[in-house]
Amino acid sequence: MIADQDFSPDFIDRLVAGDRRVFGELVERTSPKIFALGLRMLGNEQDAEDMLQETYLKAFKALPNFEKRSSISTWLFRIAANEALMLLRKRKSGASLVEVEKDDEQDDSALEIVDWCCLPEQELVSTETREKLNEAAENLSPALRMVFQLRDVDGFSITETAEILDISEDAVKTRLVRARMKLREYLSVYFKERMEGGNQHA
Amino acid sequence: MHNHNQCGDYLAYISDYLDGELPPEICASLEAHLRECVNCRVVVNTMRKTIELYQVTSGDETLPEGVHTRLFARLKLDD
Ligand SMILES: [Zn+2]
Repeated sequence: MIADQDFSPDFIDRLVAGDRRVFGELVERTSPKIFALGLRMLGNEQDAEDMLQETYLKAFKALPNFEKRSSISTWLFRIAANEALMLLRKRKSGASLVEVEKDDEQDDSALEIVDWCCLPEQELVSTETREKLNEAAENLSPALRMVFQLRDVDGFSITETAEILDISEDAVKTRLVRARMKLREYLSVYFKERMEGGNQHA
Repeated sequence: MHNHNQCGDYLAYISDYLDGELPPEICASLEAHLRECVNCRVVVNTMRKTIELYQVTSGDETLPEGVHTRLFARLKLDD
């Protein structure tokens, strides 16, 4: 993740003072992660690019009000997360806010128990697997997908994730459990097929 | 999950367990269960691996060139 210690107090001072060169450096260093969040949340490059541009336009405008004691990456991701959720709502015209933010219902259906950890590393990171990872994430509700991306992919703590999304730490934990369970389940079904099908196609 | 009635209760703790966030007593009780229960062990391992896969496959992200150019133009940072 983008650790705040990567940004010196002097960097933050000049950033808040409106130094455009320093702002450019912030954009340079943080934009790949913000774009990745957009891709994960919105599912296509065009929307992710819109979200990316809007995020930094808003960030630049809001910088004079940035509290220097708070974390710049948490602050930036908060703007980005709101932007992504807003685009999602806009896209589903007529859909209520609740729909985008509500958790998935707890799913108590049977668990897939297959130990696929032993699969060779090159199979686990193959192009096909990457597609499955994206597919599994797309299956999550936006609320679960967002928490998973911030916490497990971008590496924010539970506390930071709660701050970014303006929800309680308990809500973060609950969503994280559901997201991880669902992703694990989805991938287990896929890897089980791969392990069983491996011999037939050999 | 088979006849392991307690498994359901432990499953709810696995996510916190992976984050090292479980209170010591619950952690000890879960670990005792894991020593006996293959199924829950598989869930722990595959969940850990699931998270790891998302992390390793997202480490190499860079901004596509066009996206970068248009972003810096829009922010008037391209001069
Ligand atoms: Zn068990």
